[in-house]
Amino acid sequence: MSTPLAVIGQRLPKIDAWSKVTGTARYADDLPLAGALCGRLLRSPHAHARILGIDTTAAASLPGVAAVITGRDLPIPYGILPISQDEHGLAPDKARFVGDPVAAVAASDDATAERALALIRVDYEPLPAYLTVEGTLGDVAEPIHALRRPGNIHKAVALAFGDVSAGLAAADLVQSDHFFYAGNTHAALELHAVVAVSDPAGHLTLWSSTQTPHYVQRALARALDLPASRIRVVAPALGGGFGGKTETLPHEVAAAKLALITGRPVKIRLTREEVFYSHRGRHPMHIALTTGVKRDGTITAMHLSTVLDGGAYASYGVASMYYSGALQTVTYRVPAYRFDGARVYTNKPPCGPKRGHGTPQPRFALEVQLDKIAETLAMDPAELRLRNLVNEHSVTVNHLRITSCGLRGCIERVVEASGFSNKHRRLPAGRGVGLACSSYLCGAGLPIYWNGLPHSTVHVHADRTGTVIVQCGATDIGQGSDSMLAYVTAEVLGLDPADVRLVTADTALAAVDLGSYSSRVTFMAGNAAMQAAERLRDLVLGAVAATTGLDHAHLALRGGRVVRTDHAGDVMPWAEAVAVTEARGTPASASGTYAPPPLAGPYKGAGVGPSPAYSYSACVVEVDVDDETGQVRPAEVWLAHDGGRALNPTLFEGQIEGGVYMGLGEALMEEQRFRGALHTGPSLLDYKTPMSVDMPVIHPIIVERIDPEGPFGAKEVGQGPLLPVPPALANAVYDAVGVRIDEVPITPDKVLRALRQRARGGAPRFGPKGHPPITYPVVVSVDPPAGAPGT
Amino acid sequence: MTVLRLPPFDLIAPRTVAEAADALAHHGPSARLIAGGTDVLPNLKRGLAAPDVLVSLAGVESLRGIRPAADPRPSANGLRGPTRPPSTGAPEGITIGAATRLNRLMADPAVCQSFPVIREAVSQIATPTLRRMGTVGGNLCLDTRCTYYNRPALWREGAGDCMKHEGDVCRVAPGGERCWATLSADLPPVLVALDAVVRLTSARGDRVLALGDLYRDDGLTHLTLAPDEILAEVWVPVWGSRAAFLKLRPRCAVDFASLGVAVAVDVADGICRRARIVLGAVASHPLRVPAAEAALCDRAPDATAIRAAADAAYDAARPMDNADQPPAYRRQMVRVMVARALRAALGQPPSTR
Repeated sequence: MSTPLAVIGQRLPKIDAWSKVTGTARYADDLPLAGALCGRLLRSPHAHARILGIDTTAAASLPGVAAVITGRDLPIPYGILPISQDEHGLAPDKARFVGDPVAAVAASDDATAERALALIRVDYEPLPAYLTVEGTLGDVAEPIHALRRPGNIHKAVALAFGDVSAGLAAADLVQSDHFFYAGNTHAALELHAVVAVSDPAGHLTLWSSTQTPHYVQRALARALDLPASRIRVVAPALGGGFGGKTETLPHEVAAAKLALITGRPVKIRLTREEVFYSHRGRHPMHIALTTGVKRDGTITAMHLSTVLDGGAYASYGVASMYYSGALQTVTYRVPAYRFDGARVYTNKPPCGPKRGHGTPQPRFALEVQLDKIAETLAMDPAELRLRNLVNEHSVTVNHLRITSCGLRGCIERVVEASGFSNKHRRLPAGRGVGLACSSYLCGAGLPIYWNGLPHSTVHVHADRTGTVIVQCGATDIGQGSDSMLAYVTAEVLGLDPADVRLVTADTALAAVDLGSYSSRVTFMAGNAAMQAAERLRDLVLGAVAATTGLDHAHLALRGGRVVRTDHAGDVMPWAEAVAVTEARGTPASASGTYAPPPLAGPYKGAGVGPSPAYSYSACVVEVDVDDETGQVRPAEVWLAHDGGRALNPTLFEGQIEGGVYMGLGEALMEEQRFRGALHTGPSLLDYKTPMSVDMPVIHPIIVERIDPEGPFGAKEVGQGPLLPVPPALANAVYDAVGVRIDEVPITPDKVLRALRQRARGGAPRFGPKGHPPITYPVVVSVDPPAGAPGT
Repeated sequence: MTVLRLPPFDLIAPRTVAEAADALAHHGPSARLIAGGTDVLPNLKRGLAAPDVLVSLAGVESLRGIRPAADPRPSANGLRGPTRPPSTGAPEGITIGAATRLNRLMADPAVCQSFPVIREAVSQIATPTLRRMGTVGGNLCLDTRCTYYNRPALWREGAGDCMKHEGDVCRVAPGGERCWATLSADLPPVLVALDAVVRLTSARGDRVLALGDLYRDDGLTHLTLAPDEILAEVWVPVWGSRAAFLKLRPRCAVDFASLGVAVAVDVADGICRRARIVLGAVASHPLRVPAAEAALCDRAPDATAIRAAADAAYDAARPMDNADQPPAYRRQMVRVMVARALRAALGQPPSTR
């Protein structure tokens, strides 16, 4: 950009800020629909049970009940990933976890719907329940799903890139550890809600609290056996998602079916309890990690093994499993890498993607292990990381292309801001600091279902009032993607963001965008919007040039006007320029698309991990640890994030703060726990997320390493900043009291047990002692690409 | 936002205590009192109770307020604590109306001056919004809680009902005869430690009893309050003790106690004359630990005495696996927090580290 940016980089309000703070934003549950029926789901109280029969007679004959459906009404399975279509809107043959929906009713009001549910008789044959990873391995009497392989192993893989044995043999220090990262859930403030309407012309419309309208449309078409062209999915204002609303969920399918049967609008709103069962959150993960280093800290090889406790359905699980191994190589040079991964089914609510999808767990392991290695080598933890940094514009041993990387700047900034070097190993007992780094995707390089189409398309139209309309399926879940589209468009067209109107998150009125997941929207929809706006700019300026005789090359859009760049001069207002364009018989409209470059490596599973760019984070956490109670209180957090250009620094910092908040929650208390098959507390009183008074001071630090392919050089900031927080906190606990907690969450009882164990002469550690006894498949060796570390 | 639905009930809104008492007497066990509703309503929504009638105390003005008052017990003279100063004509204590909101109690100048420990405890109850609704009587009469009981209906269907709700077994200790639901309210241990006295009223007349006698160690019926009785007020004597309250919980707000420790000590001439050590959230009642009190009394409350008191409290506490945080951890914390609370009350540094 030769001219200074007018919109990009400014601390502007979000374009929907007013509607949010004044309460006028309409969420799915706010939609008033005359004659709407209340839908409710009947859920299984059994963890694993065959459904022998369901008697809906009494429920269906209750006055006020419009329809009762069961799994028989929804026989077609669906699933977010083409390779694992194992869900039904309502379980037809087996219930697979406590909370699995087996029937649904639509009634005139909530009370009637509840009474109807109580009248449905389900004849269950309880089956053995598989609740732990260990319990699902080996022979199982009643597999949760009919799989080709024995037992409940959903998916397993073993990949080797380069010579790992030789790398470990060449190391001066080989560090091996076992870690466990507990499962946790999104806990978005807005509960899931959907309104489904079918009309006699054969159109089905869903307003749903979803992050992915396009995928919901696809799955509904399949599950309901309807043409996708007759289905419209709209995401109204969303109160957060964090990954919990990134696939079609049973209540959406049930509402649609009930609307089709009754011909009336049907609204289903989940309770908080039901949202805990809907889940799709962080997988509990068992991790074994071995890393070899030279005496100077240089990494020689790494071997990571993971087992994911997947819960009852596939969800994104195969991708989650691959993600647990994919991104270990994008922060530090790893010349030889082996990854063994497996996901098992258990009779618990299904796990899926949550902020950081599959990567916070192995990131925790790696960053804690590096802290241990740094101590053994008597090296500064920051220095150890700086010595191993990946190179910009390089390729990793597992075929991931790296473009911009600002991790060095992130580390230097947090170390300086926090005073890490003067504090680490020097603070009084009970106080400590810890450092960790991380990296994340800027959008998945490949779509969920195989196709060669754009990942995002944007249409831009201008009219003679000067108004610009941007149409894009991108879904603002609160992260600010609508604002991003307005900023990018306004910047290119020299307008105020308020001149831009948005039509988004609507499969009928806007072009396809794959959805708000994998931190893809700024990079992909942003690039598509930029291209569309540039094409519109060129069209309009071309028309102005042709009409005025001025040289197109010397025209620009600035401050709402067409201006000359060759010498000072104002040509005409933007609205007039649009009119000039229209007068020439050309609509003032243009489109842009974005598809990532081909990025996948030459091996099975290579589709998970590639991204057009990676963001980088470094974090320092300072804690107080009470050695009598084991309580850990984070005192301050510094987090520097390279998200490329900060399109709006205020929103950028907000995402850092949100990531730190969620990361601290996972590190300290959040856990989707079960007592047998039962969630220990499906409510926000029992499921602990930090309160405002539990939060420390957060210092967000923006590091702008301009990415050559991002819109205005932007990358992502929505997910990455969560990742380094849990390991930085664990490392700080060690610095404070000298015990390693190799398990998340780090609760006071675990800290105290480690302290007491040390006092009795035992290991100063709490964490798993081994890895689940799983047999991974035969390893597939993949040649590293030319130019990768070690080649 | 989806909210859980309340079951249908009739609401009676009396203006006087007598009317409220008459309503209870008339409707019998099918009626329940409601004040702030912060405990009753969540339980109703979860189907844990289905009273036909709710008798609201919201409109009963006389149950609200805080005022200086003398000991309400008829034979009060014989019951006075040994270190209570000789009567100077100053009020002997304060009376708190049961329907006084918790946020009002916290903000009351007399309470803050005479009983900073009450302010300390109330400031840790739930959240500011809940303290604006919740009342002193409601906190004192809070239902016992259990991780098998305070759960949604579907959850309980999966777990099987417990004896506190339509079942016949305690899921926490299935082999036993009793219900182990825990009293996790914060005011009971504090006010028991302060030797508070409550006045109960009913259509049959009034009763005055020591607050400790309002409770029994039974999760099913942890209150000795008769179904037709109303907790009208609580009287707290001013006897110059030094007191402290510490609360253990996962988060710094919202959560119920997984352990509460209230202590009150009188020290004269370097000798501890009187001590109260009361634990919350480890039993179905506020658990007074006489052995711990004895370890402190009639000697200097030094580190050795504090350690002995903490050990005695640890020995007496048997938390069950039915609250936040593991029971073994909570029990270990009894020792740590009793010692800390005593040091705080005695004006000593919080830790021996």
